[in-house]
Parts: sequence; structure tokens; C-alpha cells
Amino acid sequence: MNHLSTKIKIDLENFTLNAELDIPIHGFMVMFGRSGSGKTTFLRCLSGLERAPDGYLKIGNEIWQDESQGIFIPASERQVGYVFQDSRLFPHLNVEGNLRYGFKRRVLKNGERFFSQVVDIMDLNFLLNRYPNKLSGGEKKRVAVARAVLASPRLLLMDEPLVGLDSKLKNKILPYFQRMQSELNIPVFYVTHSLNESLQLANTMLLMDKGEIVVTGSIEDVFLSPDLGLHLGQALVGSVLDTTVARQDEEFQLTILKFKEQTLYVPRRNVALGSKLRIHIRAEDVTLAIAPIQSQTSVLNVLPAWVVTTRTSSKDNCKVEVELDIGSPLLATITRKSLSQLNIKSGQKVYAHIKAIRMAHEYD
Amino acid sequence: MAISNYDFQPIFLTLQLAGVTVLVLLIIGIPISWWLAHTKNRFRPVFEAVVALPLVLPPTVLGFYLLILLGPDGWIGKPVESLSGSSLSFSFTGLVIASSFYSLPFVVQPLYTTFEAIGKDPLEAAWTLGASKWDTFWTVASPMALRGYITAIVLGFAHTLGEFGVVLMVGGSIPGKTKVLSIEIYDRVETLDYSHAHSLSAGLLLFSFFVLLSVYSINRRLPIRVS
Repeated sequence: MNHLSTKIKIDLENFTLNAELDIPIHGFMVMFGRSGSGKTTFLRCLSGLERAPDGYLKIGNEIWQDESQGIFIPASERQVGYVFQDSRLFPHLNVEGNLRYGFKRRVLKNGERFFSQVVDIMDLNFLLNRYPNKLSGGEKKRVAVARAVLASPRLLLMDEPLVGLDSKLKNKILPYFQRMQSELNIPVFYVTHSLNESLQLANTMLLMDKGEIVVTGSIEDVFLSPDLGLHLGQALVGSVLDTTVARQDEEFQLTILKFKEQTLYVPRRNVALGSKLRIHIRAEDVTLAIAPIQSQTSVLNVLPAWVVTTRTSSKDNCKVEVELDIGSPLLATITRKSLSQLNIKSGQKVYAHIKAIRMAHEYD
Repeated sequence: MAISNYDFQPIFLTLQLAGVTVLVLLIIGIPISWWLAHTKNRFRPVFEAVVALPLVLPPTVLGFYLLILLGPDGWIGKPVESLSGSSLSFSFTGLVIASSFYSLPFVVQPLYTTFEAIGKDPLEAAWTLGASKWDTFWTVASPMALRGYITAIVLGFAHTLGEFGVVLMVGGSIPGKTKVLSIEIYDRVETLDYSHAHSLSAGLLLFSFFVLLSVYSINRRLPIRVS
């Protein structure tokens, strides 16, 4: 099992990056936070491009940095891949030359088969002879990822690789990233401030604010966390649900999603039946009713729910966040006045009216 | 007009001097340019000014100091003379040293600008792909800086071809040893031998023009590919 344990302290212009992490690494670990919260510096410290004067980094049983013993392995000797925001392809080499640059410098177990596997996954067969200045924005990103992966890293670091692309293009490239990760099983630290990318990719979320990693956990847990609103603003507070596409309703142009035993209706999407769709429901978009008033409301999505706890909103004194159980947690923000009028208590059965559901690919 | 061996001697000597000087300048100029482009030293402007000094200094001033430095009692001249037994001033070696100072900015400036334009970004990418710093210099920075190298070589070469003041001060005018083209032309004019002065001057003019022309044509076909 791969494990990463690190402690990094480095003074930056406006704040101090003071990050501590001790987690098993697998899948996409999305580092989410505002621009300028220290995400990029953290990645640079992991890669060895930046040397924190006070730092410790251990991956598996290899120590990459331990300043107390004066150990610092330079970037070129760490088995780490880095995908930069600006791709940084070598302009004097064609795509194949770029891909082979790291490939031939790191000892490989499975050689050419691995090379063609990665080229296939990233769909680069027809681009191998092109020079970077003849590639489109999306193609450059794919080459950059393939180049990093081919250097057979134990850990892949991706620093906002989709920044600067329009959302349509982003949604075309994200599946490549997912396929790369799942087929090659390389743990990825993925830095972004896009909710869309987080929802589509994250297995683990790390929330970063002002140089500190404030919350770590599954994406569902992190979105439920009271700290999220505190650090990133109330608009993001809500619940993340993994649903399955059950049916397309052509007449009303709706897509019907299944979540546990529940049914959810969303505006029609071009998605295959049976495919997974991760949705985000903002706490602000959920209202509560004591009785089922399904026939008297325009809201389509009404779910029976049980009240778990209530807590005062971290930002707004007149509001409370109600954590509900619909087979998995659902968060609702209501006013304190409503809470007292409806006399909502833990364990009580209520009906959650969901005004809007956002799907991963609707954001940005 | 009969062309005697004597006519060619200054030409060969000049080409030889320019060639050797460029070689020397590449060897010392590349590390200096690289360092200037990447250092965070706060005294960098001082080093930049020193390197650029020969651009603005009258060649006679430069030549005067070099003469003292290379002379039998100079800081460089004295130890060299006691080791090798021969004097640096009025010798070909002395000329190479003097020309290297004189043409230094013409080699360093284009290299420095190119290395700075390339920046650290591609180098970092190469490091994370397992390339050492030395490896990165040869396989990423240098190919990307090809235009800078060509410009540096040509400017260094052409500038050394035309030097006069420094050579006169340091080397004098010893036929076959330190008498380069520009001095030969000067001598011819002094003795009112205009026809020889003409052929040599025109030759130098055409040669310089075609060298520069070929460089600019090559550079046009070597576009800087921006990723």
C-alpha cells in the first residue's frame, strides 16, 4: 500500500505554507481551494522543484526529504511526474520526442508495450510526428499528461492542467484523465479550483486555504463539512451524490437518475443508460416540509428524509444547516425561524424539496 | 596585378584570430551567459555592466589596459613570461586574449538574452522527467537556444575580423604574427598604396556582408518554436 506522509513549511510572499498530510495515496486526490492558497507551491515541494527549508516527505518507504537530516532528493531523481498548467512541451522535439524524453531516462519494466499503451489511452497515435506549435490546446494537454506518465512516476502531480480551456473542451479531456488513472493505477494529486473537475475526478478531496490543508476526506464528506463554507464560501456547501442513469424521458425531456431507492429528475442529458453521474445539491437549494405535498408543488424532486442533526450556519446567524439522511447525507439550509416554527428535531421524518440539481459537467 | 603570398598572410592571420577567439569566447561565454540568465545574485547588474563595457569603451583604452596587463610586468604577462619564456604582448596568443575581451559582449549578449527568454520552465519540465541539470542543458536548453548560438558565433567572429585599435595597442604590426587585415589596410593607405587598400577593404566588406546574410537567412529558417 502506498502511503504519503509529509510536513512542509515554507514562507511565501503573503502567507506561510504550512501543510501536513498523512494519507494512503490512490486514485485522484483533488486539492481544492482558491487561487493563491498555496496549492501549486505544495505540489512543487512534493516534486522537488521547490525546497522547503523546513520539510519532511516520505512516500512508501522512500524518504524524499528530511531537512532534520539534510536529506533532499532533487526532482530529477524522484519518481514523480509533473503536468504543468502551461504544458511546457519541448518546442524543438515532436510529440514522439517529447513522449520519449522522460521514457528513455527512467528505467522501465515493460518498455515499448507501456509506451504504446499510454499513446493509445491518450489517443496520440496520429499526432506523434507533429511539433507542439501545430497542436491544439487540448492536444497539448494530452501530450503533457502522457509525457509525465511515460516517465513511470510513483506519483503524478497535475497542476490545473485544464486551465485556459473552454468547458466543452474540458469535458472532452477529463475522460482521458480518468481512463489514464484507472488503467495505469497511478496515484494523482490534482490541483484545481474548478468544482466541475473536482466532482468528476475526485476520490479523495483535500481542501486548502491560506497555506493549510484544512479538510481531507472523501468528496461526500468534504462537501458536508462545516469548514467548507467557512473556507470557500457558502455557495459550495451541499451534498455530493453518486447516481446511476436509469431512464430517458423523451416526452418531457428529462433524465431520470437512480440514487439508492430514490428517483431524481434532471433536465435531459446526453448520457448513456446505466452510466454513473455524480451530482451536487447545494444546501441552499433544498427546502423542507413536514408533510408530503407532492401534488401541490412544482418541485419535481421530493425525497423523504430523516433529520440527523442541525447546526448553526457558520456565516449567517439567521440560518441553520440541517443534515438529513436520504440513504446518504443531504444538507439543507433553512432559516432559524422555520426551524423553530416547524419544530424540527433529530430523528424526525421530513420531506426534502430539491429545487435544483447540478451535475458535474454543468459547472464552470 | 600579381597577388603575392604576402597579400594573403594578413587574411589568413585574421581568419585564424577570429576563429580561435570565437572558440575561446564560446568556452567562457556560455557559462557566463548561463549564470547571468539564471542567477538571483543582487550584484548581477554589476556583472552585466562589466561584460558590456567593451561595447562602449574606446578600443585604445581597452588596448592600453590590456597592454599593461599582458606586458612583461603585467599581472598576466609576468607569470606567463616566466613560465613560457616568451612575452604575451606583440604575440598571437596576446592578440587572442585581447580579442576575447574585446568581443566578449558580442558573444555573451545574444546567448544571455536567449537563455533568459527560454527561462526556467522547460528546464523544470526536463528535471521532472528524470534529466539531470547537465543533461537538460544539452538536450533542452541548447537546442532551444540554437539561434542564440549562431548569432553569438557570427557576431563574435565578424567583430573580431574588424578590430583595429586593440590589436594595434597589444599586437603591433608584425607581419605573419600580429599584422591583421585592418592594420594591413591602414598601412597601405599610409603608404598611398590605394589599389591594395581597395582590394582588401572590398574583400572584407563583401565577406562580412555575406556572413551576416547567411546568418540571417539561416535564422529565418530556424524559427523559434513556441510551445
